[in-house]
Amino acid sequence: MALQSLDIARRSATTTPPPAVRETTEVAKLIDVSTCIGCKACQAACMEWNDIRDEVGTNSGVYDNPADLTAKSWTVMRYAEVEEKGRLEWLIRKDGCMHCADPGCLKACPAPGAIIQYANGIVDFHQENCIGCGYCITGCPFNIPRISKEDSKAYKCSLCSDRVAVGQAPACAKVCPTGAIQFGSKEQMKDYADKRIGDLKSRGYDKAGLYDPQGVGGTHVMYVLHHADRPELYKGLPNDPGISPLVSLWKGFAKPLANVALAAVALGSLFHYVTKGPNEVSKELEDELEKEDAQ
Amino acid sequence: MTNHWVDIKNADLVLVMGGNAAEAHPCGFKWVIEAKKDRKAKLVVVDPRFTRSAAVSDYYAPIRSGSDIAFLGGVINYLLTNDKIHHDYVKAYTNASFLIDEGYKFEDGFFSGYNPEKRSYAKDTWKYQTDKDGYAKVDPTLQDPRCAFQLMKQHYSRYTPELVSKVTGTPKDAFLKVCEHIAETAAPNKTMTICYALGWTQHSVGSQNIRTMAMIQLLLGNMGMAGGGINALRGHANVQGITDMCLYSEVLPGYLAAPTDADKNWAEFVDKRTPKTLRPNQMNYGQNFSKWATSLMKAWYGAAATDKNDYAYDWLPKKDAAYDVLAIFERMHQGKMNGFLCQGFNPLASVSNKKKVGDAMAKLKYLVVIDPLATDTSEFWKPHGEFNEADPAKIQTEVFRLPANLFAEESGSFTNSGRVIQWHWKAADGPGESKGDIEIMAGLFLKLKEMYAKDGGKLPEPILNLTWPHRIAAKPSPEELLMEISGKALGEVLDPKDKTKVLAKPGEQLAGFAQLRDDGSTACGNWIYGGCWSQAGNLTARRDNSDPSGLGQTLNWGYAWPANRRILYNRASCDVSGKPWDPKRAVIKWSGTAWGGNDVPDMRPDAAPDENVMPFIMTAEGVARLFAPALAEGPFPEHYEPFETPLDRNPFHPNNPKAVSNPAARVYKGDMEVFGKAKDFPYVATTYRLVEHFHFWTKHARINAVLQPEQFVEIGEELAKEKGIANGDKVKVRSNRGFIKAVAVVTKRIKALDVDGKKVHTVGIPLHWGFKGVAKPGYITNTLTPFVGDANSQTPEFKAFLVNIEKA
Amino acid sequence: MQVTRRQFFKVCGAGLSGSSIALMGFSPAPALAEVRSFKLARATETRNMCPYCSVSCGVLIYTTGDKSKNAKADIIHIEGDPDNPVNRGTLCPKGAGLLDMVKSPNRLKWPEVREPGSSEWKRISWDDAISRIATHMKKDRDANLVEKNAEGVTVNRWNTTGFLASSAAGNEAGYLTVKILRGLGAVALDTQARI
Repeated sequence: MALQSLDIARRSATTTPPPAVRETTEVAKLIDVSTCIGCKACQAACMEWNDIRDEVGTNSGVYDNPADLTAKSWTVMRYAEVEEKGRLEWLIRKDGCMHCADPGCLKACPAPGAIIQYANGIVDFHQENCIGCGYCITGCPFNIPRISKEDSKAYKCSLCSDRVAVGQAPACAKVCPTGAIQFGSKEQMKDYADKRIGDLKSRGYDKAGLYDPQGVGGTHVMYVLHHADRPELYKGLPNDPGISPLVSLWKGFAKPLANVALAAVALGSLFHYVTKGPNEVSKELEDELEKEDAQ
Repeated sequence: MTNHWVDIKNADLVLVMGGNAAEAHPCGFKWVIEAKKDRKAKLVVVDPRFTRSAAVSDYYAPIRSGSDIAFLGGVINYLLTNDKIHHDYVKAYTNASFLIDEGYKFEDGFFSGYNPEKRSYAKDTWKYQTDKDGYAKVDPTLQDPRCAFQLMKQHYSRYTPELVSKVTGTPKDAFLKVCEHIAETAAPNKTMTICYALGWTQHSVGSQNIRTMAMIQLLLGNMGMAGGGINALRGHANVQGITDMCLYSEVLPGYLAAPTDADKNWAEFVDKRTPKTLRPNQMNYGQNFSKWATSLMKAWYGAAATDKNDYAYDWLPKKDAAYDVLAIFERMHQGKMNGFLCQGFNPLASVSNKKKVGDAMAKLKYLVVIDPLATDTSEFWKPHGEFNEADPAKIQTEVFRLPANLFAEESGSFTNSGRVIQWHWKAADGPGESKGDIEIMAGLFLKLKEMYAKDGGKLPEPILNLTWPHRIAAKPSPEELLMEISGKALGEVLDPKDKTKVLAKPGEQLAGFAQLRDDGSTACGNWIYGGCWSQAGNLTARRDNSDPSGLGQTLNWGYAWPANRRILYNRASCDVSGKPWDPKRAVIKWSGTAWGGNDVPDMRPDAAPDENVMPFIMTAEGVARLFAPALAEGPFPEHYEPFETPLDRNPFHPNNPKAVSNPAARVYKGDMEVFGKAKDFPYVATTYRLVEHFHFWTKHARINAVLQPEQFVEIGEELAKEKGIANGDKVKVRSNRGFIKAVAVVTKRIKALDVDGKKVHTVGIPLHWGFKGVAKPGYITNTLTPFVGDANSQTPEFKAFLVNIEKA
Repeated sequence: MQVTRRQFFKVCGAGLSGSSIALMGFSPAPALAEVRSFKLARATETRNMCPYCSVSCGVLIYTTGDKSKNAKADIIHIEGDPDNPVNRGTLCPKGAGLLDMVKSPNRLKWPEVREPGSSEWKRISWDDAISRIATHMKKDRDANLVEKNAEGVTVNRWNTTGFLASSAAGNEAGYLTVKILRGLGAVALDTQARI
């Protein structure tokens, strides 16, 4: 499943067709919530491997720390205390990029080559091409990417594309002490999930199931949930995520419309790009939109 | 652990009680998850809090902290009443059938022989009836009213589900549900493993908590079995190894009971420690004591230790009193100590009653802290705002701080909780001028030796004659030291069965402790590690992880003490005739001529089953003890309340005010007075670890500080409502010894319990903060804890004490 | 589907600027899709063990350099040892953060002393530290070692200086420590294991 630099499925804001001759195994990470103890080893390994250190924060009355995803916390555990049939359950979910087969972020991204989908399914951000516009956040049905205050670029989980590229598992999957995070081909992961779901059903979790939402074409990070019928129990995991209406709109009728009717805006932005660089294009565009909104 | 980490995967039932393995040992806990995944095992958690372990359990039952013996005694009663025991095992492999002295009795909370003034027992009635040969009398039918089985049955008949529920706060149906799960493993081919940790040891009845569980495992026939055993999940990477090396006052390396004033000479010392065999044909392995002790003295004093001078016995210090950590700080507090060295230990944070510890250190002439980190202890004299109020001008202690290396910066061996000794290799130098602990200790010793050689002084002989066979004197290598620990021949070691056969030539490493001799021809620094570095080399560095049995034994990975045995008492995994109770998980079996199989047999290899050599070779009776006279507070565990109890009585002995708390626990003057009472401190507090942190170390590590940045305490929603505390509020938690302030985490995971007609709330206090570190500074939680320990081990009672809480 | 006017513009603008820029050949160089390079490619790997709990997980320590004379080995990454039968490459959040323990800003680098009544640390040399400590120890031992008890039995104990041993030190350091301390006559000796 080695990932070579040219095995690209899609590039943001690029119409050049990617090379398509080689066949690459699709990879996936499976998060078995039913064996997760919420230890945050995945968070630690993610920080350590990726050379990122978030701020030392505060305790706000919960175990969730850092409290949310940030440009330096690409994965966080989310803890929910749920009482089901008089029985307390502590549902703990590792949150982070789902690596959608149909990635809303990539579709929304205006910066060429800032978001790449590899043929193995990994969706990776390339910060050197990022213009910091934040459209990936709008495009993401899971609210994952975050813009850094330090360099105004978007960051999120890369599924350790650098490790996967040399045949290693992502840092979080390798480290997971209980094996709640597994990594392999998507097919292997689905087979493994089947076994886990069978075990959970035998223990009384009738609604146990796999979370691989088809609204985004399936994901390369999947969950085994004890309550697959109610993903929202797991601190707001979306029930039926789809690509943001904005991005669908763009893909559907807005693209031709935009090309024709808003050519002037395009030229303007191109000009800005050439003369001032990407960040300012975004800023300019935002300002224009803000102004129009205010009217 | 009698078993080991990977073996947990062989269990049918995992009981997590008195510990929280998912939180404190996540990588070991993986084997619990594997048992669930692959064996369809069940996980049952009993804990005051719904823990991370509980989050993945099949069944959770709450319990009031400090009432585990009541719960487990109830389990014993359930097993006996419902006849859910492994009869053949109990009959053959325990002292159930042994007849107990007629004078032994238990009345109104006290066993026979109690002396209330001394707070201790005379144990002369806690013994077997013996015959003319000195052997214990037995009744194999288990019907004699004086046999251990009947006395045990009688003792625990009081532990009814109703009374258990009343004392523990565990709802009766939940208690019975746990009993049902446990009882299933009475089947010969079913096993339960118990994973416990400091949730059982850190009580004034800590040792007896564990013993009660050991009795249950014996009744169920789970000792010696794959997936069974009594598994203490120990705290530090090498806490097992340091315990084995015996860096504490009661024992010498290999758990050899240290000499006291009563042992006037070598012969007396050895004789008192050599047990007399209590049943015919038993191995009574302890009778080899003289070989272990002599070899230790030869390792330390070499040619200067001879049979002429009692192997330099006079040079060994004789112990006159208790010197456990609480006793040491008590002496220091009384001004009886001048110096103190802390090696990788942060007592200001780790020991009960921070104020007493700080005041004690301020009375020292000198304090030496040897540590990789700037610890709180090293700055006990320095003001750190509200977290450490101190006036340096008033503290005359001279404090030295020596930089030590970390694991990554040195080679050597650690012994894990499963007794597996593993070698590790140095990766880089430490920062600045830091040095390894070996080099630091060697430096101090050689300087002292030089001073005694030059200037003389009191009793220089043991210093000048201590063996020092190191190529670089100032820097002994870990390899040299492990070889010394493992043992070597000084003279020829002959085969006792065939004196013409030489087992080891002078200078050779010995193959194991069976080759040790008491004639001065062998040297061994720690007999239980014997053979870990044999003529074949450093066996702790072996890295063959193959597992042909599939049981996870990996016999060629590292070296397990003793004798590379992975499951202790494994002879008990077979029936009397030598057939495994569960052929699918056979640990060893009798082949017809020898014991063997998937482990190193815990038995003389050629002891045929009809010789009746029983599996518990370290006891003088060859069997395990349901009735155990060795413990301080009684041969059967009994429930006593924590020293700070929310109740005003012991519901098991409501009319005996002297039997409320452990009658045999040591309490110092001044400490009894500062025990809090329920009227002022109505809530049960318990301190514990979080998975994100390790003690007081990781507050110095950025990643861990990010994951759990700020001190907090946990309370239930009901208590929060009563006290007007909202989630995230700052609260003040007070005990009778001081206070801490922290953020309140209000949770459904802690519930109020109904105990003896009262509602009892629990306040959970994670322990990881202090005034030094990169995490947010916090209060030392041991400001709150009481200065009292278990009657046997003196482990402090950190797990159950009283506090009050209010919005800060 | 509800789309506000602002969102509509945002989408058109974003999509347009992107596609048009690329179409006109303004793709930023260099190659668009290279992953971050694997940081351990030629690092040196050493087998070691986590110093925290008693699971004693095997770890792989990665250091810079190839152990050549002039390349100072610096620890850059630590992860689980897949060969270790217990942890099988996994670690907990503490083990996964070991790098930050090794690199903690609070590591001690040289011997220091805080003199009686002082409110500051003072850096001293190892020789100085060892001499001063040994002098304290010898003075106390010579003054307080009890050679015989009241009954005249030889007891040779020194109980006015105490020692607390680490549970993090290796077996070899532990053994040497107990050998030295017993040799000195120490009885006030205890370990973290007690707690």
